[in-house]
Amino acid sequence: MKETAEPPPALGAALTPRKRRAVTERFFQLLFFTCAAVSVLTTAGIVITLLGETIQFFGEVPVLDFLTGTRWTPLFASQHFGVLPLVNGTIAVALVAISVAVPVGLLTAIFLSEYASVRLRSVVKPILEVLAGIPTVVYGYFALLFVTPILRGVFPQTQIFNVASAGIVMGFMILPMMASISEDALRAVPRDLREGAYALGATRLEVVTRVVVPGALSGVLAAVILSVSRAIGETMIVAIAAGLQPRMGFDLLSSMETMTAYIVQVSLGDTPQDTIEFSTIFAVGTLLFVMTFVMNVLSDFFVRRYREAYE
Amino acid sequence: MIDLRVRERPDLRPTAAAAASNGQTDIVLMARGLSFWYGDTQVLDGIEIDVPGRQVTAIIGPSGCGKSTFLRCFNRMNELVPGTRVEGAVVFGGRQINDRAVDPVEVRRRIGMVFQKPNPFPKSIYDNVAYGPRVNGFRGSMDDIVESSLRRAALWNEVKDDLKKSGLALSGGQQQRLCIARALAVEPDVLLMDEPCSALDPIATTRIEDLIRELCEQLTIVIVTHNMQQAARVSDRTAFFTVTDAGCGILVEHSETQKLFTSPADERTEAYITGRFG
Repeated sequence: MKETAEPPPALGAALTPRKRRAVTERFFQLLFFTCAAVSVLTTAGIVITLLGETIQFFGEVPVLDFLTGTRWTPLFASQHFGVLPLVNGTIAVALVAISVAVPVGLLTAIFLSEYASVRLRSVVKPILEVLAGIPTVVYGYFALLFVTPILRGVFPQTQIFNVASAGIVMGFMILPMMASISEDALRAVPRDLREGAYALGATRLEVVTRVVVPGALSGVLAAVILSVSRAIGETMIVAIAAGLQPRMGFDLLSSMETMTAYIVQVSLGDTPQDTIEFSTIFAVGTLLFVMTFVMNVLSDFFVRRYREAYE
Repeated sequence: MIDLRVRERPDLRPTAAAAASNGQTDIVLMARGLSFWYGDTQVLDGIEIDVPGRQVTAIIGPSGCGKSTFLRCFNRMNELVPGTRVEGAVVFGGRQINDRAVDPVEVRRRIGMVFQKPNPFPKSIYDNVAYGPRVNGFRGSMDDIVESSLRRAALWNEVKDDLKKSGLALSGGQQQRLCIARALAVEPDVLLMDEPCSALDPIATTRIEDLIRELCEQLTIVIVTHNMQQAARVSDRTAFFTVTDAGCGILVEHSETQKLFTSPADERTEAYITGRFG
């Protein structure tokens, strides 16, 4: 530090005036705060709107009828507000989607973390990420125009709009997320443990199935829950390919309406606002929000548990 | 010289006949001209060593001399790291084992390993010990093998009432003895120990050292240690490695422990053990 050798007055002059710095500091602090506040306020605004409208809706339709009714006909002359057919449709599509995404995703993750060479991994991972970047509307048309005809070739009774097609394609949409989160969990299993197992004469498959996957189980579970949550909330694929018929049961080759598809149908349709028909979408939206929220909390819980396991 | 014609999966258990026929009844493990590379970096150069059976052989040397890498050549753990290359021969019971035709899984079943940091599986004490026998298709009383392994590792009395407890709930020293029990449960002929006490306190260290002395009555132990006093306490023979200016590990001297520490043949050994280097 040569400056220290100079006389004190020069030293004082070299400093930035305190006032200017304080103003800059405060400006940026405010800027950051505003940005943070926007997202918090938006969330709060959505929840308040949703809850307000929902409470109004339940003023006219009893909560119990809504949650336990098996007929959903708010847009018809004889109105019934039983949400179960929509929940049924949502769960049916989600089940198909995760029965594709979970096994394929987990096996992909195991391949990437345990088997693939560094070079192969550097090729496969970006391809997976491309899969994650495809707009969901493209997936929707892919389901309707490519997967459905194949299904109809195999099962002639398949309807044009059907759960299976939408679910399978949704599974591939979720796959990259499932694979990526599972892979992180698998790679978080310490190398010590793998080496310990190898040193006992375990084969690679035994190391994977008996040490790595059990060790990463809570992380993998978190990935599964997030996938379910994603499947429940996914809109475009089901709106395009799964149809608009609220229906109970699990006939996967027939058309069903999910909660999200219903919200799209009403909000894009000619249903007048300020009617009971229109406010159904807020009740359905609230239920959807609660479902995905519970899923996310659950997955958070599991993620935290697996982080604690080795630290 | 060395028979490289190993094609069918051989029985790696050293037979008395094989051992007697080559006239070296004592030598269980050998390295011949062993060199090792991580990518383009050579870390071991031309190591030649004979490890006698039912004795403790210590490997000492400064950091970076490749002593852990060398130890891992014996059970082919280095193969798990991509981009590594080995040249030369590792011979176990008269067979070359670093050969493509020899299944590394077989090698590791006969040559067990204990690591620097205790690494029990996040499973119960019982399941930790039973892991090896299970993956090796052990048929018999699992309870018996778990008990005898824990007894051999001097851990049984501390855990016998709590075998369902997680292995991670034990203290560091207990965890390391659990890892030793886990290795013993596969009934290996050789136990490799890679600085097994470096993460432990002095009391736990003493217990492990006592255990090493007991175990060498039944099997062959090769221990890497950065602690010269430990090498002097536990080993029958000591090998001193050092590192060249190019960063490559070489074996300087290998002899009886007492001889190596009292009258080393090489001045580099003397410099190291008297604390003038490393």
